[in-house]
Amino acid sequence: MSVTQPRRSSRDWSRFATPAWCYAFMLPALVLAALFTFYPMVMSWVYSTVDWNGFSSDIEFVGLANYRELMSDGLFWDAFGRSLIFVLVGTPLRVIGALLVAIVLNQQALKLSPAFRTMFFMPVVTTAAIVGIVMTFIFGPYGGPLNEVLVSLDVVDAPVDFLGDSDTAIWAVLLTHTWKNFGITMIYWLAALQTVPQSYYEAAKVDGAGAFALLRHITLPVLLPFAVVIIVLTANENLHAFALVQAMTAGGPFFSTQVIEVYIYQTAFAADATGGGVPRLGYASAAGCFFGTAALVLALIQGIAVRQTSRMRKQLKA
Amino acid sequence: MVRATILSVVLVPICLVWIYPFIWMVSASLKTNAEVFSGLGLFTDVVRLDNYVRAWNEANVGRYFFNSVFVTVFSVLIAVTATSMIGYVLGRYRFRGKKVIIGIFAAAIFLPEGYTIIPVFDLISKLGLTGSLWGVTLAEAGGAHVVIILLFAGFFAQLPGELEEAARIDGAGFLRIFASVYLPLAKPVIATAVILQFMHSWNDFLLPLVLTLSQPDLRTLAVGIYAFKGEHLTDWSGMAAASTIALLPIILLFFFLQRYFVESVAGAMKG
Repeated sequence: MSVTQPRRSSRDWSRFATPAWCYAFMLPALVLAALFTFYPMVMSWVYSTVDWNGFSSDIEFVGLANYRELMSDGLFWDAFGRSLIFVLVGTPLRVIGALLVAIVLNQQALKLSPAFRTMFFMPVVTTAAIVGIVMTFIFGPYGGPLNEVLVSLDVVDAPVDFLGDSDTAIWAVLLTHTWKNFGITMIYWLAALQTVPQSYYEAAKVDGAGAFALLRHITLPVLLPFAVVIIVLTANENLHAFALVQAMTAGGPFFSTQVIEVYIYQTAFAADATGGGVPRLGYASAAGCFFGTAALVLALIQGIAVRQTSRMRKQLKA
Repeated sequence: MVRATILSVVLVPICLVWIYPFIWMVSASLKTNAEVFSGLGLFTDVVRLDNYVRAWNEANVGRYFFNSVFVTVFSVLIAVTATSMIGYVLGRYRFRGKKVIIGIFAAAIFLPEGYTIIPVFDLISKLGLTGSLWGVTLAEAGGAHVVIILLFAGFFAQLPGELEEAARIDGAGFLRIFASVYLPLAKPVIATAVILQFMHSWNDFLLPLVLTLSQPDLRTLAVGIYAFKGEHLTDWSGMAAASTIALLPIILLFFFLQRYFVESVAGAMKG
């Protein structure tokens, strides 16, 4: 329509030509989002209803059969349970630990605070897969540095094969994941702490409040609304540990660290590891869709639950 | 004051233990294989740079490094260009369909993800990009980028409109006004966008792993070194050297731009 309008002045030109420019400017981002977010999102649901090994053109529609099979798949539910452990143990560990560190680093008297913050944050920027490989050496039973320290301190008599023992491997992986991403949660808390007005502290100090009273009556109440977001974000991150786990243990030994993402990957692309031998892309898609929905529901429940508790606490105070 | 000193004395060793894995990695990369697992000493008498030469040439780390740089540089360019452009028009102009566009992007956050890597894998091969680094690059740059688009839109929205009026009187068109008047002002948002996309592209694992399953030459550092570990279980110092090559660029970048890194991550929460 702008083409057919005669150009009378520069003002008219801008009024008519701008919409075309606007659509043109949105095009690259829309194409990227359509190709790599919306199309795959929809297609993963479509794939979840087929039986397909990935390399042949032999794709068979099976309806909800994949989902039905999933419900009685012991390997899947075991993996689901391990991801739940990551959320239920990893989230409080990191959220509370990071809050403590953030409160300490937020003290204005602490001159070295920026340097400490840098060190705590450093693992966050590094490549998870590479960190996973390095950690297999750190945890190693034959002269690995962790075992060297534990043996020389007489904590253990003989070196422990942390990643080779199916009782300890998941905790070693969970601790590594917590350590690697600790800095993100810490930065969230530090950003939240910045919103506490310094004048509150000064006023309370004049009134003779101690450090604990300041924490309990000023810091924590201000932080509470942020806690919802931080808990949900951290919990969600604990569901996504694929690179680290795959690099550290590839889900072993005896599936003991096979969290859900590793299970799905191995079902789709590395079928030898799950024993089947044939890659099952449709079945893996069904597992992914089921898991993605469960994660979303989990996040919603968490959000609502935390908001309810904070509302109840407010009512109790009032 | 006393309390701060005591806290510092406690925190220094904690922080050193915290980053010990990285110190150990660099130290091991300078030792012989026999020295790596003999005792806790971090220093060696002889610094062995041949580990780096071996990793770079024999383990193909040189090629993987090039691949990672290619994928990272071009995916950053593509993603930042696309997000700044859409952020600019969403932030500054009114046009029909704007609300629909915003709604579509908002939906991206609230829809379950599914297992998107399989369709992406399929898409890249349908586009005929399986044998080229552009497949990985595009897939890394792709996505809805909701947070970054919102940051750009918010930033451009609060800039004064007089700049545009003045530029138009000087005869500048839509493109020039964007590229030489408004975009240069958005440096803080550009820095955030570059850092978030850089961290994503350099560190990503699943996507390049799946897209290069049958193309070992296209592996990025993360995937290549992961494969190297499976093949050379006993070359620990070579592994440590390869790992150092992969991690050093992003760690150095972090040290130089740490303020931006920290602000980017904190900003992502607010978004």
